[in-house]
Amino acid sequence: MSLRTTYPKLPGRVYFFGTCLVDMLYPEAGLAGMQLIRREGVEVIFPRNQTCCGQPAWNSGYRDEARKVASAQMACFPQDYPIVVPSGSCAGMLRHHYPELFSGTPQHNAALAFSERVFELTEFLSQVLKIELSDLGKPVKVALHVSCSARREMGVAGEHQALLQQLKNVELVEPGRKEECCGFGGTFAVKHAQISAAMVEEKATELVATGADALVSGDCGCLMNITGHLDYRKENLPGDHIASFLWERTNATDS
Amino acid sequence: MSDARSNILGRLRAGKPDLPAAATPTQIPLASWDTQGRVEQFRNKMESVRAEVHVTPRDSWLDLLRRLVAEKQISNLLYAPDGPLGDALSQAWKSQDQSPLIARTAAVDEWKEELFFNVGGAVTSTRWGIAETGTLVLWPTPEEPRSFSLVPPVHFAILQARDIHDTFADLVEQESWHRGMPTNALLISGPSKTADIEQTLAYGVHGPIELIIIVIAENNAFPVT
Amino acid sequence: MQQTVEFHARADKALHNPQIRSNFRYAMDGLMYKRKISFPDLDELNLLRLRSAEIRANSLSNLPELLEQLEARCNENGIQVHWAETAEEANGIVLGIMNRHNAKLLIKGKSMVSEEMELNHYLEQQGIECLESDLGEYILQLAGEPPSHIVAPAIHKSRQQIAQLFKEKFPDIPYTDDVDTLTRNARDILRRKFYEAPVGLSGVNFAVAETGTICLIENEGNGRMCTTAPAVHIAVTGIEKVVEKLSDIPPLLSILPRSATGQHITTYFNMITSPRKPDEKDGPEEVHLVLLDNGRSRIYQDEELIATLRCIRCGACMNHCPIYTRIGGHAYGTTIPGPIGSILEPQKAGLDQHGDLPTASTLCGACAEVCPVRIPIPNLLNRLRFERVRQDQTGVTRGQGSQRNPWEARIWKGWSWMHANPAIYRLGISLATSLRGLLPKRLGAWTSVRSAPRLAAKSLHTLAREKGFDHE
Repeated sequence: MSLRTTYPKLPGRVYFFGTCLVDMLYPEAGLAGMQLIRREGVEVIFPRNQTCCGQPAWNSGYRDEARKVASAQMACFPQDYPIVVPSGSCAGMLRHHYPELFSGTPQHNAALAFSERVFELTEFLSQVLKIELSDLGKPVKVALHVSCSARREMGVAGEHQALLQQLKNVELVEPGRKEECCGFGGTFAVKHAQISAAMVEEKATELVATGADALVSGDCGCLMNITGHLDYRKENLPGDHIASFLWERTNATDS
Repeated sequence: MSDARSNILGRLRAGKPDLPAAATPTQIPLASWDTQGRVEQFRNKMESVRAEVHVTPRDSWLDLLRRLVAEKQISNLLYAPDGPLGDALSQAWKSQDQSPLIARTAAVDEWKEELFFNVGGAVTSTRWGIAETGTLVLWPTPEEPRSFSLVPPVHFAILQARDIHDTFADLVEQESWHRGMPTNALLISGPSKTADIEQTLAYGVHGPIELIIIVIAENNAFPVT
Repeated sequence: MQQTVEFHARADKALHNPQIRSNFRYAMDGLMYKRKISFPDLDELNLLRLRSAEIRANSLSNLPELLEQLEARCNENGIQVHWAETAEEANGIVLGIMNRHNAKLLIKGKSMVSEEMELNHYLEQQGIECLESDLGEYILQLAGEPPSHIVAPAIHKSRQQIAQLFKEKFPDIPYTDDVDTLTRNARDILRRKFYEAPVGLSGVNFAVAETGTICLIENEGNGRMCTTAPAVHIAVTGIEKVVEKLSDIPPLLSILPRSATGQHITTYFNMITSPRKPDEKDGPEEVHLVLLDNGRSRIYQDEELIATLRCIRCGACMNHCPIYTRIGGHAYGTTIPGPIGSILEPQKAGLDQHGDLPTASTLCGACAEVCPVRIPIPNLLNRLRFERVRQDQTGVTRGQGSQRNPWEARIWKGWSWMHANPAIYRLGISLATSLRGLLPKRLGAWTSVRSAPRLAAKSLHTLAREKGFDHE
């Protein structure tokens, strides 16, 4: 599966794949993502039976186990609607690795068709919804962290930026060595904890050095990693998922 | 060991993967310049790696060489008396020149010590140049062996402007290299260098410390230095 | 597992060594920058990468035929071709040539394959002096250390360390940490060795089957020296380095130096097709080419993993790797470190020997982005993660399944069962969120540098239902 060069017309309804990290740790981000889409007049369906894309098992080499979970996910999204995912990493799994996971199995064609429908959230908002955002918030300096998956697998660094740049009162800054990984890598952070620690230390330092008031990212794995470390260091740099941030800045009332 | 050979080839044949062949090879757009542009590109690239480039008309290259050899106080200058430059050099050199010419035609093994420790510089012809990367192309011959452009600390290279090609790809194709390669073909793109110590560039490691190129221009329209 | 413990120990040591951290950070930043500015035209870069990948993939597709063609051409031109299945065999071949000439000194150009062979150690045990002539390798030989990078071997050493080393080994030469002077001193020391050495050794960057030509890339001139001054030249190479045609060379020469160090071209590109001909005045009288397998033909068997063999040893992957930048080359414990090392070495020596390396990555993809021959390194790392724990033994990878741990396997089975059963999953989430106050504040290694993640009061499943997004 390669990066998209063309985008479909505005659909009437979409599926939303929340991701397990959002489910447990950042549900407001998932809700914000769905609300952003619904606000534009598109119906959003959150299939109740979804759980996890299966990436943790896939990246650990447990492919049979990953396949069982992936198969269950595909069954949750049967109609030919786009599937919007608030994570570059999970979107990457669904879009690029599901076809590999099912290669040589009877479900391969289904996986190919499924992966064609997958959009990362900022990609969907920017390129399909062509969302227009009005900033209702106070001036704020925001540092953007683009996850490696968002940048390289999904190619949506530009979309992350473009959405934030629409907000008139947001000064967007990027950290030094912005393309370098934050060190999360899923099980890597546990299996190779010391190396991960060294990476998140340096990433946090770069982010703090921007002088930003807030950190925004499109991936909760990175967010959990970086804000966890920033908090541990007692730095004054809170972090938000980009969906939460966009919703808060553009929504007149809490809903 | 023929066993090793047949084992290795056997394994490769047995496991040969079913890879799709490339449909049509991807075309790489190649840069090109006009004659003057080629010389300029060549010069810029060579100068960026501390080679010295002089462009001169045909009738003055020998004087230029003698001047440079004297200025740089080269102790002696090795050359090939039977090579393409041999006659011209033999005739042009004057007995009062500070740096004598050394003519050597014997196999290098017979005068190796002199070559390694008592030669101040050498002058060779070149077969072609490449503009894109600022490169000299030498196909050493019995008359001008490869050691001349390698061992002495200073290498003077004489290049005809008309022999400069745009790119290496052009050269290999236009001159049909695949029809027959020489014992040794050399691409030389500057004096020897290294960045092995703290990533700091240092010139003059095991190959020549200095590379001076005299480009012989066909006509006097070239800016001459 | 022992090798896990060892890798972690080496990595930790490097992480806590401020000099390693700063040397590598500085060097990698520099190399990344230089590469970037050497490719100002991204369209050109893209086309060049596609072409280079095609050339290498094509070579691999036809590898047995191309090796035979290479051998035939070489033989016609007087280059003697030897085949070695193992490093030991290759060492034996080199020793045989040395002995036939009663040679006690071998002068070496830079060759990662000779490192793989551990040739120096082998020959030294036979009473033969093996001298490195590449400045970086020479420095390391003086220090008794292996290279930590495939292109810039002494990258982990500071100028002062090198100056100190020279002073120790050459007490008569006044101490200097000036790079130019150090370089000049090395030149003078090695000049005499080039002059004396009866046999020279080189690696091979590319071997052209069409013409039987050995191609060598270098900046210093020591490679030319080793292949010109001694009477005998031995070239050692892995079997995968062959390319089909001479016309394949210019694109590879265009992309390799820029990918490696940002140079538009290296000082020398040396193409050798025969030993000295009867009327020629210099050059070796004998040229040998040793073709080494050492596990490559096994990697070759797998349609996906074969891409590992495309590598042209530019080093761009390790220059861009955030893990390599922090732990340096020695921590990997392999001849070739970094991303390419993490897929190549476990496949050659076995996943039982280097099973940890495929997991020592976040799969960030920085390596694949810059690989001149488009090796999909993260995909291959992931594939090796599968191979290292697979239950059946039907793959070709050495040491497959050797890292399978019954506890880990059970955990993933349990995880899979839970996540394939939505009702169980929802129950689990519900429990977790209700009991979130009981989540320990200390979660092992995670919380040694981070505060613990906080479970939400209501899961997204719950919020989705409450806000009318939920759907059966």
